[in-house]
Amino acid sequence: MTVTDGWTPSPREVERRALRRRLRLRSITIAAFATVVFFAVLATVLVTSPGWASVKETFFSVEDAKASFPQIRDGFWLNIQLFLLAEPLILVIALGLALARQARSAWLAPIRGLAVAYIDFFRGVPTILLVLLLAFGMPALGLQGVPNSLFFWALMALVISYSAYVAEVFRAGIESIHPSQLASADALGLSRAQAMRHVVVPQAVRRVVPPLLNDFISLTKDTALVSSVALFDAVFSARDYTAFSFNFTPYVVVSLFFVVLTVPMARGTDYLQRRAMRRERAGAL
Amino acid sequence: MSTSDRSHHPLLEVTDLRKSYGDRVVLDDVSLKVDAHEVVCLIGSSGSGKSTLLRCIDLLEEIDDGVIRLDGREISDPLVDQREVRGRVGMVFQAYNLFPHLSVLDNCTLAPRRVHGLSRAEAEERARDLLSTFGLAEHVAKHPDRLSGGQQQRVALVRALCTRPDLLLLDEITAALDPELVGEVLTIVRDLAERGTTMILATHEMSFAREVATSVCFLSEGRILEQGTPEQLFTDPREERTRQFLRRVLPPA
Repeated sequence: MTVTDGWTPSPREVERRALRRRLRLRSITIAAFATVVFFAVLATVLVTSPGWASVKETFFSVEDAKASFPQIRDGFWLNIQLFLLAEPLILVIALGLALARQARSAWLAPIRGLAVAYIDFFRGVPTILLVLLLAFGMPALGLQGVPNSLFFWALMALVISYSAYVAEVFRAGIESIHPSQLASADALGLSRAQAMRHVVVPQAVRRVVPPLLNDFISLTKDTALVSSVALFDAVFSARDYTAFSFNFTPYVVVSLFFVVLTVPMARGTDYLQRRAMRRERAGAL
Repeated sequence: MSTSDRSHHPLLEVTDLRKSYGDRVVLDDVSLKVDAHEVVCLIGSSGSGKSTLLRCIDLLEEIDDGVIRLDGREISDPLVDQREVRGRVGMVFQAYNLFPHLSVLDNCTLAPRRVHGLSRAEAEERARDLLSTFGLAEHVAKHPDRLSGGQQQRVALVRALCTRPDLLLLDEITAALDPELVGEVLTIVRDLAERGTTMILATHEMSFAREVATSVCFLSEGRILEQGTPEQLFTDPREERTRQFLRRVLPPA
C-alpha cells in the first residue's frame, strides 16, 4: 500500500524533529560527561592511593610487559587451540546429552539414566581436579591406542566438564519451547525425532545463545587451568616470567589477552542475535 | 467523566497523522475527533491501518507527522511524559497480552498498585468488583493460561478498566475468539458503552459496530475514507470503496 505522494513534513513535525535531535544530543552529552567523571574519579583514587608507586612498579611496568609479551603470546596460542578444539566438541556432546535426557522412548531409558548421571557427576567435580586427574592419571594407565599427551587429556577434562554444563543450558532451552510447538509438529505427522530436529531444537538453540556465550567465555578463561599440569599456556608462561623477575606485570598482560579475546565474541553474538530477532519479529509485536 | 467540565476540547483529537514503516506508508493524513462518551468504531480490511492508528494514539509508535491531542494538550510532543498519558488511556490487544506468570487478580492490580499508587487492598477490591461484574469472580486466583480465550479477553478488559482510563482503545479484541465466545466479550463492551465510557475500537464485527458506535470510520490504505453515524455509513455509504467493503463483509440483505 505504498502511497507515493509528495509528502513533506509539516512545520510542527520539523519542529518536533529538531526537538528530538536536541533531546538526543542532550542525552549523549550527559552520557559522555558521566563517563568522564566516573573514570576520572576512579583514576584519581587509584593514583593517589598510598601504595600506588610500588603497585605501579610491580604490576604496570612497561619494560616487563614488553619483555614478557612474546612468551605470553606464544603461550596464549595454546589457550586458543584448546578453546577452538574444545568448543565444537562441547556443543555436539552437550546437545547429545540434552537430547538423551529428553528421550521418551522406553528403549532409551538406560541412555537417559547415563546422561543424567554424567551431568550430575561432572558438573559436581571441580574442573581443576578433572584436569589434574585426567592429565596425570590417564597416561599413567598406559592404555593401548590412547594418546598419552598432557595436552590431549587436559583438553578432554575441559570438554567433559563443560559439556555437562552446556547440556543443562540446552535442556533449559528445549524445555522453554511451548508445548503447542510440539503439538503442531505432531499434528503435521512428524516423528518425535523429526519434531526435535526441525522444530524444537532450532528454536531452543536460538533462545539459549546468551547463556551459551556465557559458558564459552568461561571456557576461554578455564583453558588457563591447564597451567596447573605444566602445559606452557599464557598463564604458565607469565608465572614462569614472574618466577625469575619478581614482577607481576605479566599477569596483567595475560588478563588483557583474555579480555581482548572475549569482548569481540560477546559483541559478535549480540549482533547475530539482533539480526535473528529482526528477521523473525519484523514489525509484529 | 472527569473531562466533561472541559468540554470545549474534544477528549482526543488527531490531526493529519502520518506513520510509515520504512517507505511503506501505513497512515496518511488521518484526522479524527473523539468527544467524551463517544464510541468510535474503526472498520476496514486487514492492513488498512486500524491497529496502527490505535497504537499511535497510545504512543506505542513514534509518528512521522501530525498532532495528537488529549484534552487539548499535545501528547505527540517528545517532551510529554508517555507514562502519564498511558495512565489515562487504556488499551486491550487482540492477543490479550496477559502476563502468564501472574494470577488474574495480580494482572489486574499490577498497574493500579505500581503506577497509580493504590494500596494492595484498594486495588484488589476494585479488581474483584470489576471481575465479578463481568462474571469472572471464580477465576481471580487462576493463571491466565487456565482460562478460555473469551475469559482471558474479559480479564484483559478488566485489567485495562482497573486503571479507570478516560479513553479505552480496543484493538480487534474479538478477532482471536471463537464465534460463541465473541458474545461474552461484546456484552462487556456494550455495557461499558451504556455507562458512557469513551472508546475507540478497531473491529470486524459489523453488526456490533452498528449497534454501539456513535460514529464509524472506514479506513482504506491508511486513510479515513469516510466517517459518519452508523445509520448513514452502513445504509448509505458515500464512497464506492466503502460500499464494496460492506458488500463483502455484510450478510446479503
